[in-house]
Amino acid sequence: MIVVTLFFEFALLSCVAFGGATALLPEMHRVVVENHHWMDDATFTHLYAIAQGAPGPNVLVVTLIGWHVAGLAGALAATVAMCLPMSMAIYLLIDRWEGFAGARWQKAISLGVAPLAVGLIFSGATLIAQAAAFGWAAWLIVGATVFVNLKTKLHPLWLIVLGGAIGLSGWV
Amino acid sequence: MSAAATPESQNRPDLRALFLAFSSVGLSGFGGVLPFARRMLVEERKWLTAEEFNALLGLCQFLPGPNVVNLAVVVGKRYQGALGAIVAPVGLLSGPMLVVFGLAMLYERYGSLPVVQDMLRGIAAVGCGLLFAMAWRMGLAIKSKAAFLPFAVLVVAAIAWLRWPMPWVMLAGLALSGGLAYVRLGRS
Repeated sequence: MIVVTLFFEFALLSCVAFGGATALLPEMHRVVVENHHWMDDATFTHLYAIAQGAPGPNVLVVTLIGWHVAGLAGALAATVAMCLPMSMAIYLLIDRWEGFAGARWQKAISLGVAPLAVGLIFSGATLIAQAAAFGWAAWLIVGATVFVNLKTKLHPLWLIVLGGAIGLSGWV
Repeated sequence: MSAAATPESQNRPDLRALFLAFSSVGLSGFGGVLPFARRMLVEERKWLTAEEFNALLGLCQFLPGPNVVNLAVVVGKRYQGALGAIVAPVGLLSGPMLVVFGLAMLYERYGSLPVVQDMLRGIAAVGCGLLFAMAWRMGLAIKSKAAFLPFAVLVVAAIAWLRWPMPWVMLAGLALSGGLAYVRLGRS
């Protein structure tokens, strides 16, 4: 039963996931932590961190959440729910895309969605900080990460490794 | 997309090739694999020209959901129809999912250890910083910032502060922000 609920909750979310699965972090937190109490804040943060350290598309954080809620069936249900509705939409739309690409309403939606995605991703970042109850050391890491990521071409994986190492020291 | 300009006729991948190629893409990147998908599709396998890739990506970003999964569906459909549209995204996701299952099992077993929790908090802090940086970069890419960035601020207020439900916020936001874009497109 929980698998079915998970499937429909995530399928609904996938239809507003402008900016990809990353943009859904605040709403996924609401669904799995606040509404259904499937996990606590700390676990949500941990799963997000694990997804950061794993290879693959961003959507895998959804897989991990599903796994934690209902094991293998939950992982598959959550992942399929996140991918299926829009995959089907694009399967049906692709042949007509050239017909409406460049139309005024299509350009308007593309332009209009961009700032919403920015807001969602920013909200996702504040949500992680809140859920993890970051102290000053964590905020220092956040600031340093923003700076290095924007100012250098260093691969983010190195930052993740470094963050894990600093975390191991117990200061964060 | 004229037929003569596409490399379709020279190398038309079968289901196996689609599965393997997208599997390698799925396992190559951390925090997003789109650049690897582009390299594979355009430069290595030449399944799409650069122009085709950009056009398809436009559609994949136009729709919500994971862009790179949508892209796999489109490429799969193009070369192997409905089966291809299933096999390509499954290839993309199955490798990373196995890795994630392994990590999830490790977490279930060792996740309660303080040392593991400390490490994950450090990684979460980096992940949080990467999200802020991503939002910043996406914000910089927006044209006519004075008109559209206020909508980003409204979304943050509604989602992060007021905690309003996202589907309604997105519908309202899309109506306002898309409506403004529609009006502005008409004027220029």
